[in-house]
Amino acid sequence: MQASEIRALFSVVSRPEVVSLAGGMPAVTALPLDAVGSMIGELVSGMGAQTLQYGSGQGDPRLRERICDVMALEGIHDASPSEVVVTVGSQQGLDLVTRVFCDPGDVVLAEGPSYVGALGVFQAAQARVRHVAMDDDGLIPEALEEALADCRANGDRVKFLYTVPNFHNPAGVTLSEERREAVMAIAEKHDLLIIEDNPYGLLGFEQEPLRALRARNSQRVIYLGSFSKTFSPGLRVGWVLAPLAVREKLVLATEAQVLCPPSLTQYAVARYLDTQPWREQIKIFAELYRERRDAALDSLAALMPAGTAWTQPQGGFYVWLKLPHGLDAKRMQPRAVGAHVAYVPGIGFFADGNGREFMRLSYCYPEPDQIREGVRRLARVIEAELDLHSTFDQVDTGSFRAITPGHDAESIVGPANSDTYEDGR
Amino acid sequence: MSETAPAPEPAAAADAPPLRAVVLAGGLTFEREVSLSSGTQVVEGLTRAGIDAELRDADAELLPGLAAAPADAVFIALHGATGEDGALRAVLDLAGVPYVGSAAAACRLAWDKPAAKSVVRSAGITTPDWVALPHSTFRELGAGAVLDLMVARLGLPLMVKPASGGSALGVQKVSRVEDLPAAMVSCFAYGDTVMVERYVEGVEVALAVVDLGDGPQALPAVEIEPESGVFDYSSRYTPGLTEYHAPARLDEDVARRAAELAVRVHEVLGLADLSRTDAIITPDGEVHFLEVNVSPGLTETSMFPMAVEAAGFELGEVLARLLANRAGRSR
Ligand SMILES: Cc1ncc(COP(=O)(O)O)c(C=O)c1O
Repeated sequence: MQASEIRALFSVVSRPEVVSLAGGMPAVTALPLDAVGSMIGELVSGMGAQTLQYGSGQGDPRLRERICDVMALEGIHDASPSEVVVTVGSQQGLDLVTRVFCDPGDVVLAEGPSYVGALGVFQAAQARVRHVAMDDDGLIPEALEEALADCRANGDRVKFLYTVPNFHNPAGVTLSEERREAVMAIAEKHDLLIIEDNPYGLLGFEQEPLRALRARNSQRVIYLGSFSKTFSPGLRVGWVLAPLAVREKLVLATEAQVLCPPSLTQYAVARYLDTQPWREQIKIFAELYRERRDAALDSLAALMPAGTAWTQPQGGFYVWLKLPHGLDAKRMQPRAVGAHVAYVPGIGFFADGNGREFMRLSYCYPEPDQIREGVRRLARVIEAELDLHSTFDQVDTGSFRAITPGHDAESIVGPANSDTYEDGR
Repeated sequence: MSETAPAPEPAAAADAPPLRAVVLAGGLTFEREVSLSSGTQVVEGLTRAGIDAELRDADAELLPGLAAAPADAVFIALHGATGEDGALRAVLDLAGVPYVGSAAAACRLAWDKPAAKSVVRSAGITTPDWVALPHSTFRELGAGAVLDLMVARLGLPLMVKPASGGSALGVQKVSRVEDLPAAMVSCFAYGDTVMVERYVEGVEVALAVVDLGDGPQALPAVEIEPESGVFDYSSRYTPGLTEYHAPARLDEDVARRAAELAVRVHEVLGLADLSRTDAIITPDGEVHFLEVNVSPGLTETSMFPMAVEAAGFELGEVLARLLANRAGRSR
């Protein structure tokens, strides 16, 4: 299926009849919109001379200080504002880092599956992605060692490991404490750079955040952060925390791209962090997502046919679901859209064509009742698809009779035609 | 019946109040995106022709909206399902709202590709052999045995298509027998009946027909030359993957027979105002009917507008004429 077909299927999703478990949109209406609104209004009316003006390429110094406070919540206590570069979402941060490090043909290691937006960045840089397997505890350290050994044997230049350790997009899993240590040890041993992408770390449901990889090693890890999930994705404010030598290059690269990040939205974030109860707001978000996660997991457990499996996210936005053997999430998609439920087929999260039997379900945006209805529809779609497969999977085309060469069939009129027409389908 | 239609008459006198048209586009189908761009083109064309045209989705607001602000006529630029299968038109009939295009019953017939092929073949028109079956038939009689028969009778390659729907979504050419079961599985994801058709080698053409009030007229054929050899969904909607020739590079005699076939299809299926017949022309000049579309694509890259342009007409004027006729107003 090509991009144009996917667009065609997704164009239906905007209608309210369709339950979309596809998008990853944060529930921004849970913000105190009036308070945020008057705050932004005052930034213009009271401080327009600064907020509507160009700013520094590296980003507003005040905001960079506050960013260091935010990172402290995940154990990063040694970050200096001078090592922070504010970017237009962490997406731009990843693009900058990739431009700085990767030449065409270089290899990037990434979890399999991996964040689709990151795969797009690596593809644009003509880097090759080597996936590293993961399980319920995140990236598998042994698989990482193996990938590094393979690459070394092939003579590939591995530039970095890109990883989303917390509440992974799309897999929904979190790298365990032991594995964090193991991954850092491997990085040390193999002189490997790590790009830690952490937009969801503060959105845990059950426990305090695990210490970031960057908190364990300040030279080997470049950290990407974002206000998209903790405040607002529409403001497009993210950041990169990198050692000074790298920061220098990132600032030059960002100045070439955008001169400076938008002043108004940087001031908005800084003012929000200064004046609003943002920690409490993150708790409100987490509670809302926890409720939606519960709706998703409870209805999956109640309704999914045997042979279906899924992850148990402890935070973030996503469940990663594996279909019963032989089913293909992409092939099944027209049926799902026809049944008014949407998901993202797993194949999009792999750079190598794998992932056909997987799909990503997002519970972040629909209300719990819609989620339950969506899962109900999805279960019916999977059952219908299983039924179809049980009809066609066993066909042995090798046993078909030979086609008579030049055989000229008499007219064949489909027996089903008149029926389907007259019964008013 | 002639091959070219007469030029539309000049637009209505400036002092008449402008006609009000509601253009329906969007809908809840896979063809929503294409429909929205068709609808936008129609609104622009009608506006150029001096008609007060408004774009609307076919949703719960439609009927109250039409009741509150009646339109002189509705233009249906919905592709797939309700817009094409007659259902929406039946509702507009109930509401007493005139619309451009074929009536509900004719749409239902054209929508069902196998049924339309039966009618067309009964009228003596050539169409590739086919068989259309629901999933239940394969389940009950054994998919292997049924597929074996299909291949034995229809040969390879085969075209596997959803029995309804017009955008080529789900259409596959199957050349190797081992690919057939998977193609059936993919196709059944689009609907409960699959049509398997003998593959006919040749040039694919789109044959637009319009009736501006004096009988259905064929517009010049548009020839489709997909880079991949198969005119599937991606070829149709990805820029650059298909080359079009309007008018088609056909002998005069073949072009005439193609035009006659399109008009005849339009007539035997009881269609009105506009249609687009898709056909294959074999190297020896035989024209085979494939399917007909009662709500042809009207996007910037669609074949119906190419045919209109090849005939030397302006799309907006043609659509405005069709609309004025339905509104009972001459232009
Ligand atoms: C893992 C991951 N990284 C980065 C991003 C993009 O974040 P931003 O909005 O800050 O660009 C997302 C958004 O979905 C994400 O899931």
